Amino acid sequence: MSPKTLYDKLWDSHIVEKRDDGIALIYIDRHLLHEVTSPQAFEGMKIAGRTPWRTAANLATPDHNVPTTKSERLAGIDGIVDPLSKLQVEILDVNCKDLGIVQFGMEDVRQGIVHVVGPEQGLTQPGMTMVCGDSHTSTHGALGALAQGIGTSEVEHVLSTQCLLQKKSKNMLIQVNGQLATGVTAKDIVLHVIGVLGTAGGTGYTIEFAGEAIAALSIEGRMTVCNMAIEAGARAGLVAVDAKTVEFVKGRPLAPRGAMWDRAKDYWLTLVSDSDAVFDKVVQFDATQIEPQVTWGTSPEMVIGISGKVPTMGMMKTSSEKDSLGRALGYMGLSEGQSIKDIKLDRIFIGSCTNSRIEDLRAAAEIVKGKTVATSIKQALVVPGSGLVQQQAEKEGLAKIFVEAGFEWRQPGCSMCLAMNADKLGQGEHCASTSNRNFEGRQGFGGRTHLVSPIMAAAAAIAGHFVDIRSWK
Amino acid sequence: MQAFTSHHGIVAPFDRANVDTDLIIPKQFLKAVKKTGFGPNLFDQLRYKDEGQLGMDNSKRPVNPDFVLNQKRYTNATILLARENFGCGSSREHAAWALLDYGFRVIVAPSFADIFYNNCFKNGMLPLVLLDMEIDELFQGVESGAVVELTVNLQAQEVRLAKGKNYHFEIDPFRKKCLLLGLDDIGLTLEKQQLIRDYERKQKEICPWLFEDIIV
Ligand code: SF4
Repeated sequence: MSPKTLYDKLWDSHIVEKRDDGIALIYIDRHLLHEVTSPQAFEGMKIAGRTPWRTAANLATPDHNVPTTKSERLAGIDGIVDPLSKLQVEILDVNCKDLGIVQFGMEDVRQGIVHVVGPEQGLTQPGMTMVCGDSHTSTHGALGALAQGIGTSEVEHVLSTQCLLQKKSKNMLIQVNGQLATGVTAKDIVLHVIGVLGTAGGTGYTIEFAGEAIAALSIEGRMTVCNMAIEAGARAGLVAVDAKTVEFVKGRPLAPRGAMWDRAKDYWLTLVSDSDAVFDKVVQFDATQIEPQVTWGTSPEMVIGISGKVPTMGMMKTSSEKDSLGRALGYMGLSEGQSIKDIKLDRIFIGSCTNSRIEDLRAAAEIVKGKTVATSIKQALVVPGSGLVQQQAEKEGLAKIFVEAGFEWRQPGCSMCLAMNADKLGQGEHCASTSNRNFEGRQGFGGRTHLVSPIMAAAAAIAGHFVDIRSWK
Repeated sequence: MQAFTSHHGIVAPFDRANVDTDLIIPKQFLKAVKKTGFGPNLFDQLRYKDEGQLGMDNSKRPVNPDFVLNQKRYTNATILLARENFGCGSSREHAAWALLDYGFRVIVAPSFADIFYNNCFKNGMLPLVLLDMEIDELFQGVESGAVVELTVNLQAQEVRLAKGKNYHFEIDPFRKKCLLLGLDDIGLTLEKQQLIRDYERKQKEICPWLFEDIIV
C-alpha cells in the first residue's frame, strides 16, 4: 500500500462515492449548528419537504448572538434585548425542538462557542469528519478529525444527506522545529505561520501541523493553531493523534466507553501520517526564532514580532502591496515604521474560539494577578468559551483575579470576536484581542483590532500598550 | 437554483486584494433569517459613510461617492472584476447572497477563497478565474473606458469583449454541469441513498462508536 498522509487516511475512510470528475461524496460523522448560519438551511429543508438524514449526528448551541452580561442572561432567550438576535436564537430553538436535534440552549451550562463545546463534550473525536456552518470548524482538527467550515447551502446538504460533495484538497505540512521560548505560545506560532504563508497561502490545501513545537503543545494549544488554519486559507488544519489526544478525549460525556473505548483508542493511534508519506508542499519553521506576535493591519497576515515595527512603503514590492499597506495604515491610524510597543490601546478582549478555553484563562490570570488594568483602558473583557469553562474558572478563583484587576467577567459566547451582540469597539478604538480576525469593522464599525495571545493581551491591559511578555514583570 | 448558461452585462472594477466576507456583508446584517434582501447592504462599510443597521432606510444615509458601485457608470453592473483571494475569511453564505441580491451574476478574479468559491455555485453565481495578466488587462481596459461590458459563455468557457478579444477559463465539469442545468445537488445526492446506506453499514462494523447517537 502506498504511504498516506493523515489527511489521506481521513479522506479515504469517508468516501461514499468517488467519481470520474474528481468530486467525491464524503460521509460526515458530526455536524455542529449555531443560530446564524442555520435558519436558511432549516427553511430550505422544510420547503423541499426533507428531514434530517441522521438527527442524532447533529448538535446545536447558540453562540454568535447571545448577550454576555449576567442580567441579560439570567432570563434566557426572553432576556435578549436585541429583537433580531433574539429571533435568531428563538428560530434555532424551535428548529431543534421540531426536528429533535440536541441543543445546549441559553440556560444550559454546557452552552458556549461551538468550537469550544465540541471538544469539551467529547463530541469531537479523532478520525471523524465534522462540519459546521462556520469557518473556524478547522479548530477540531487538533484532535485528528477532518473538520471543515461550510456555507449554509452545505449545512442544508449535510442535514439532508449526512454527506458533502467535495474535491480532495492537496496536502501541506507545516513543520515547526525546536522549542518555543517562554512567553511564546501556540497563538504566536500560528500568527507567525500566517504572516509567512499569507492569507491565501493555504488555499486548496489541508494543512497538517507537526514538529517538536507542535507535539509539545497541549491539545488546547493545538486547537488554537488549527483554529487559525482558515486564516491562511486552508479549510482544514490537522495534528496527528498521540497519547495526549487520547488522554484528552477520555472520560468526556460523549466519548466512547468500555470495550468500545479500547477499539476506538487503538484505531485513533493509527491516525498519523506515514513516515514516508508525500506532501504537495512542506514549509519548515524554527520555533526558537518565533517572538510574541502582534497584528498591526487589517488582515491576519499583517503581523510582526513584538520587537518589530510597522512596515514601511519602501519594503513593499508591488503596487498592490503598497495599496494594501496604505489602506491598512489609514484604517488603523498607524504610521510607517512605528514601534509596535507604542500603539495605545483602548480595549482588551480575552475570548473567542481561538483563546477562551480554561488554559487560556489560567495563563492570562497568572499575568494579571495582583495588578490593575491601566486607567487609560476603557474596558477589558474576559469572555469564557463555554458555561463549563466559566464554571471551572470561577471554581479556581480565576474570575476573582480578573475582576479584582479591573476586568469584566462575562457569560460565554462569541462576544467581541465579531461583535454581533452588544460587545463592540467604538470608532477608531484600538483593541488587543485574542480572537482570530482583524478585518475592517470586524469588532465594531471603525474598530481597530490587534490579534495577540492571551498573555500578551493580559499584559497589554495592565500596561495600557503592548509589551514584550518575555521580559515584562 | 437558477441556471447559469451565459451572461452579458456591465463590469465594475473593485481594485483591492483579499476582500473578506466581513467587508462584503458586515455582521450586523447576518441577523436576517432569509436569503434575500442583503443587496442594499452589500459592501455597506464602503458604500456609506455611517454605520448601517438592519432595517435602516438606506436612501437617507450619507453615500461615499468614491466607492466604485456608487459611480453612475457602474450602477447597473452585473459583473464584478476583483483581485486575488476574493471572499476570504468567514464562511457566511450571506456574502454570496448579498452579491446576488445586488444583481451580480459573475465575479471575475485571479483567485478566490475556498468556501466563498463554493458558496457562489450553490446560488447560481459564477466565480470565474482568469490569469493575473488577463485580470490586469481587464482592469486597465475598464478604467480607460475601452471595456464596458463582458459576455460570459459558460458552455464554451469563454469571456468575450465587445472588441475582438476572448479569454478562456477553466471550471470543473461537475460544477459546470450543475450551473448549466441549475441542478439541486441535495436532490442529486439523495439519488445515491443506497450508496450512503451501504457506506454506513460497512463503516459501522469498522468504527461502531461513530454511530452512537448524540444523547445528552
Ligand atoms: S468566536 Fe469568533 S471566530 Fe469563533 S465562532 Fe465565534 S464569531 Fe466565529
